[in-house]
Amino acid sequence: MPTIGLFIPCYVDQLFPKVGLATLDLLESLGQTVEFPAAQTCCGQPMANTGCVNDARPLARRFLEIFQPYDYVVAPSGSCVAMVRHHYEELLHGEPGFEELKAKTFELCEFLTDVLKIEKLPGRFPHRVGLHQSCHGLRELRLGSCSEVMGPQFSKVKQVLQMIEGIEFVPLTRPDECCGFGGTFAVSEEAVSCLMGEDRVADHEQAGAEVLTANDMSCLMHLDGIIRRQKKPIRVLHVAEILSGSAT
Amino acid sequence: MSPSHSTLADGFIKDKERARWHDQTLWFVRHKRDLAAKSLPEWEDLRVAASAIKMHTQQQLADYLELFERQATKLGAKVHWAADAAEHNRIVLEILQSHGVTRLVKSKSMLTEECHLNPHLEKHGIEVIDSDLGERIVQMQGMPPSHIVLPAIHLKKQDIGELFHRELHTEAGASDPKYLAEAARQHLRDKFMRAQAGLTGVNFGIAETGGIVICTNEGNADLGVSLPKLHIACMGIEKLIPRAKDLGVFLRLLARSATGQPITTYSSHFHGPRAGGELHIVLVDNGRSQIRASSDYRRSLNCIRCGACMNTCPVYRRSGGYSYNSTVPGPIGSILSPAMDSAKHYSLPFACSLCGSCTDVCPVKIDLHHQLLTWRGEIGKRNQLPLDKKYGMKLARLVLGTSWLYRLSGWLARKIVPRLPRWMIYNRLNPWGKQRELPMFPAQSFREQLKDRQQHKPQPKSQTSSSHGQS
Ligand code: SF4
Repeated sequence: MPTIGLFIPCYVDQLFPKVGLATLDLLESLGQTVEFPAAQTCCGQPMANTGCVNDARPLARRFLEIFQPYDYVVAPSGSCVAMVRHHYEELLHGEPGFEELKAKTFELCEFLTDVLKIEKLPGRFPHRVGLHQSCHGLRELRLGSCSEVMGPQFSKVKQVLQMIEGIEFVPLTRPDECCGFGGTFAVSEEAVSCLMGEDRVADHEQAGAEVLTANDMSCLMHLDGIIRRQKKPIRVLHVAEILSGSAT
Repeated sequence: MSPSHSTLADGFIKDKERARWHDQTLWFVRHKRDLAAKSLPEWEDLRVAASAIKMHTQQQLADYLELFERQATKLGAKVHWAADAAEHNRIVLEILQSHGVTRLVKSKSMLTEECHLNPHLEKHGIEVIDSDLGERIVQMQGMPPSHIVLPAIHLKKQDIGELFHRELHTEAGASDPKYLAEAARQHLRDKFMRAQAGLTGVNFGIAETGGIVICTNEGNADLGVSLPKLHIACMGIEKLIPRAKDLGVFLRLLARSATGQPITTYSSHFHGPRAGGELHIVLVDNGRSQIRASSDYRRSLNCIRCGACMNTCPVYRRSGGYSYNSTVPGPIGSILSPAMDSAKHYSLPFACSLCGSCTDVCPVKIDLHHQLLTWRGEIGKRNQLPLDKKYGMKLARLVLGTSWLYRLSGWLARKIVPRLPRWMIYNRLNPWGKQRELPMFPAQSFREQLKDRQQHKPQPKSQTSSSHGQS
């Protein structure tokens, strides 16, 4: 039986434990063997995205060391997986085990569709849901088609969410516009970041969403911050929480 | 030090309604582009072809430039070479002075903006009139274009009405676009009639034939060079394509990407000077060879200046072109500008959430957001990062790279932050909290909860353990 190394991004570990537990429960309910290597901290994305490549490198090395023993690495975050798959190249190029690491690291939804190839899930979630397609998952991992590129339409995130009974997707006017989080961008470009976030929330609001979901908790942290400040009646849930049945 | 993008963006967004209007106006253009792209089943193939042609041209640029010069000369054009902006300006001025020109009409050319040609000529007593309507509008305001295709996109029709009332004595309060456009047309007609020379940019130079192609929607390039005998065309060396038959690929992509039109209204071909006239082509490097030499940034020279990356960029749409403080704004400008002066433009690669939309929209497949990320690393290496970023990330590396410190900091934050009074969390020092709440800090981290769960409820079926890689 292959063993999954569960990769829970640092801020999910510290701030959104529910999402980590939902991911673990979901994978286990699908009969998977999952381990959480406790030595893990952060993949190094904040440093790499800020241009501090040398500060990111030791974290990338450490990540490789920690996750090398596993058959798969799965994370409930497109953005952190994109870091490993695309941006570790510059940091770990040529290191033994790196190519394998890239090939075996998956975002949760794509692991469900591409590796486990699941076709059904037991849960029920009778709500009007707005799906925010997080950019890194979308345009780095290609978890779905994006509106700029011509060709067949698909979305791996939606594909698994659709297995949940009763879920109803609301139509957004800008189906894949960025929410404005962008890591340190959210702080260093506060004004633009918040206007983007407000507009994103407004799109979900006009569509009549009760729940706003995404496969990246970072986008949701930013959007939820705006929603709560503005006291909007929208709930924010990570995709894993809906899929695992931990949210009702 | 010049103001950072975020400072200028802050100013623009102060007027939130205007920023939203700007966003929606450009999104409308982006949407039109989507429809136009969708109308061609071969869209993605065209992008691949365009990118391949550009890369091929860059590989053999020296040969193609020589071929172009030979062929253009054969057609009777006079070709000049300018290493940088100063040389370009000098050459243009010399040509004009040797012909005794004091009144020039110019059609839109971002290259002459980049070289700051207008002020140079004006200093030497030459009247320069921009003939593209949008450019003329910002010229009257004494401002540069805020967008490379839609130079006055940041102005509402009321703003233009006021400006025209002041400058062209149109009726006060008039804001009907038709009326205003007619007033501008009359004004420009007079300038066209009196001009002694016409200057244009170049969209495509064809090495095989030595011809140049200029695309406009208003026909102003043609008008500008039709009456005067002297035509000067200024062209960046990256505008070259090998063969006439390559042109079709680019003409199909350009207008669709720029404005969602199937093709620009006027695609004017010039093969040598008109009968009895003179055509001078100025080939300008101004840093392009240097960009071409770098494998990281070479692809950015593929750019055909369609502006699609600006229209799609969620940051550009909400912060406006002037927030980039650079001739070419938006994603592509944020790559080209630091290549010119990274100390001045250090903040531009950070004016980006790395959403990647620009990369996917770009008709010539420039990996824009990857290059922006590469630039961030470069700015870091050159020690041009602001100190808060630099030391912030060093601290982050220490905390996140040390398991116990990471756990301890998280624990402390969860214990302390929820107990603090609001004013201590939400103040000037916390940009996150200005318009957003902090997350609700949970009592325990994921790993703590997991540990508890394993201790209290050993699950025989589950293999979950935290045995691996303990540190
Ligand atoms: S980078 Fe691409 S999208 Fe942007 S202006 Fe150039 S060609 Fe157009």
